Amino acid sequence: MNQSVREVGLYVRDQDEALSFYVEKLGFQIHTDVRNGEYRWLTVQHPDQPSLQLGLFKPGPPVHDEATAQTLRAIVAKGAMPPLVMCVPDCRDAYQRMHGLGVEFTQEPKDRYGTVDAAFRDPSGNGWKLIEARR
Amino acid sequence: MVSGELTSQDPELLRRLLRAKDRMDAASHEDWPVRRLAQVSRVSAAHFARSFKQAFGVPPHRYLLTRRVERATALLRDGDRPITDIAYETGWESLGTFGRTFRDITGESPSTFRAKAQAAARAFDPVPACFVSAAHRPDLTIAVSEKRRRQKINKNTPRR
Repeated sequence: MNQSVREVGLYVRDQDEALSFYVEKLGFQIHTDVRNGEYRWLTVQHPDQPSLQLGLFKPGPPVHDEATAQTLRAIVAKGAMPPLVMCVPDCRDAYQRMHGLGVEFTQEPKDRYGTVDAAFRDPSGNGWKLIEARR
Repeated sequence: MVSGELTSQDPELLRRLLRAKDRMDAASHEDWPVRRLAQVSRVSAAHFARSFKQAFGVPPHRYLLTRRVERATALLRDGDRPITDIAYETGWESLGTFGRTFRDITGESPSTFRAKAQAAARAFDPVPACFVSAAHRPDLTIAVSEKRRRQKINKNTPRR
């Protein structure tokens, strides 16, 4: 087997809110949702890419002390987390669909460098670029 | 305590301030008076300016200038459109103001910048365009007027 990335995590302000966003608006499905007390391991995956899980994690105890959790919540809300890129076959089509579902777009689809890209945020503030795959 | 202050802002407020920042990013050529930005963030104008600076480290107007210059640098680098067109398209009301502000922030005139940037543009080809652009965003840590003032002082200081 080749080495690969299996799971990447995002911090979110509310796991239920994030789950409904990624499932209902972006087409992901629940992969794992298990709890132990306050801790909830929650990952989703997209049917087009079953090898990758996207973790939706809430900063806080028992993993983080309150000051660290507050810092992480602030960083996410300020949009300062690293860039995320989602690839779609048709950017304008995806924009229409997602915009219709109430996704907060920060940039409308734009032609450049031989492809089309747009940008949106999840409810927590994580920023996604939406790029049309080159044909 | 400063470090306490840095993290004490309510994440819910920060998320709304981010929305105002996103709106400037999406349309940096437009006018963004504090009143308009405050409306986007659903806070008072007085509260907005202070909260924005606390959250993002620069006053909203200065942030807007960096985005305009960033966009102008991209347009200068990636095409051959007349500099006047680029000035108006990126939100300046005159070529003079654009040229002066551009030089104050980047240290070069728009035409000098264009010549150098076009020669060096190839290296970033595999990186998505918006992130390349962000990497070239001017780091404007002081006010443009302050930068001008300091440069004036330097010029007036006799060399040994």
